[in-house]
Amino acid sequence: MAAVTAHQTTQKTLGTANAAGGPGSTGAADATNAAVADHLAAFDAAVAADERIEPRDWMPDAYRATLIRQMAQHAHSEIIGMQPEANWITRAPSLRRKAILMAKVQDEAGHGLYLYSAAETLGTSREELLDKLHAGRQRYSSIFNYPTLTWADVGAIGWLVDGAAITNQVPLCRCSYGPYARAMVRICKEESFHQRQGYELLLALSRGTEAQHAMAQDAVNRWWWPSLMMFGPPDDASSHSEQSMAWKIKRHSNDELRRRFVDICVPQAEALGLELPDPDIRWNEELGSHDFGAIDWSEFQEVLKGNGPCNEQRITQRRRAHEEGAWVRDAAAAYAAKHAPAQTSPQTPTPTPAPAPAPASASAQTSASAQHVEETA
Amino acid sequence: MSSSTDWPLWEVFVRSRRGLSHTHAGSLHAPDAEMALRNARDLYTRRSEGVSIWVVPSTAITASSPDEKDSFFEPAGDKPYRHPTFYEIPDGVKHL
Ligand SMILES: [Fe+2]
Ligand SMILES: [Fe+2]
Repeated sequence: MAAVTAHQTTQKTLGTANAAGGPGSTGAADATNAAVADHLAAFDAAVAADERIEPRDWMPDAYRATLIRQMAQHAHSEIIGMQPEANWITRAPSLRRKAILMAKVQDEAGHGLYLYSAAETLGTSREELLDKLHAGRQRYSSIFNYPTLTWADVGAIGWLVDGAAITNQVPLCRCSYGPYARAMVRICKEESFHQRQGYELLLALSRGTEAQHAMAQDAVNRWWWPSLMMFGPPDDASSHSEQSMAWKIKRHSNDELRRRFVDICVPQAEALGLELPDPDIRWNEELGSHDFGAIDWSEFQEVLKGNGPCNEQRITQRRRAHEEGAWVRDAAAAYAAKHAPAQTSPQTPTPTPAPAPAPASASAQTSASAQHVEETA
Repeated sequence: MSSSTDWPLWEVFVRSRRGLSHTHAGSLHAPDAEMALRNARDLYTRRSEGVSIWVVPSTAITASSPDEKDSFFEPAGDKPYRHPTFYEIPDGVKHL
């Protein structure tokens, strides 16, 4: 991953280009422009050839900024997404369901960490991204601003929310940025358990008592439309899409993925014995796909603006968890500092190297790369 | 916000089963090597993906530069005779 050196290379390259121009200022500028044009051509060729861009490669600043914004939002969604489900861990109806739910929520924490570390290869830091989340300067997926009112919501989230996430994420496994694509491969492998456990949970309720069936139906009614909104605004209103497609960060349009998801869900709902809350869903012979009803985008915009049912609660809880965990981080750091000198002497001749930690390195790396992190808004 | 959150970055290498070499799995933050190993176990081997883990401070890794790619790897470029397919062997000669 070589996050440490990713940035140094960029600086070195610029430095070389400047020096090549000599003292004449126009000459220096020309040389710099020429170097950038060369780099851009190499970058475009790599993207066109479906090669992956790796951390130390030259990349356009806007590409870097877009990736940081998208990966940060993605990482934030994973960890904020732990909250609505964790809400039910203590009230899971059986030990089996409880163990499953804990494993799922733990996976989501893991997904967040994969993505934060992938984002760090671009020259930002996890701490900086968390600060921005806590300050409300970076978003997470709006879906997590809806409450989990009943146990059936845990099932509906697994089936629909994780299902929509998978539909979105499978193409990201071929994203042009290598570390992001690799994180997505790992995540997608783990997501399929998430979706299946949710489906199985809903199936048990659907085939249970009348009240359980009704509870499952109610959960699906509430989660269906927000799940469709997870694919983002319609194509004609999506501001970032076109450039992201050109860079092969994104492979399919929002509407295309949304339609794919509906096609997947219709037969799955039938097998569940539950209805999707949309009277306009019908098979379109010509398209070989389902038509479906209009989405209420005003609701989406409201939630995005911060007026969803749980926006305030989610971010407050995230901040509190971070603050209340400070003593754990402090204790671990104090322990590491106390034991650091002992580790510098070689103690074990095992094949596994036991290197001394380098505590100061991360901060130097972060501050040096701050220029790359500015949002393009 | 505590300054101690600026933990160093570690690269994680996992041996998925005996007989295979360690492969880069990703990275993580940890205050020391011991915690890095524990975090790596929780983060990268939740489904028995590994039988052995290495953690290496990211700063300890020296990498070749992509800018020098051509000249750095060039010495191997004009030596096709290092490959068995370079040699012409008459049809019918076996075990060669
Ligand atoms: Fe996830
Ligand atoms: Fe998930």
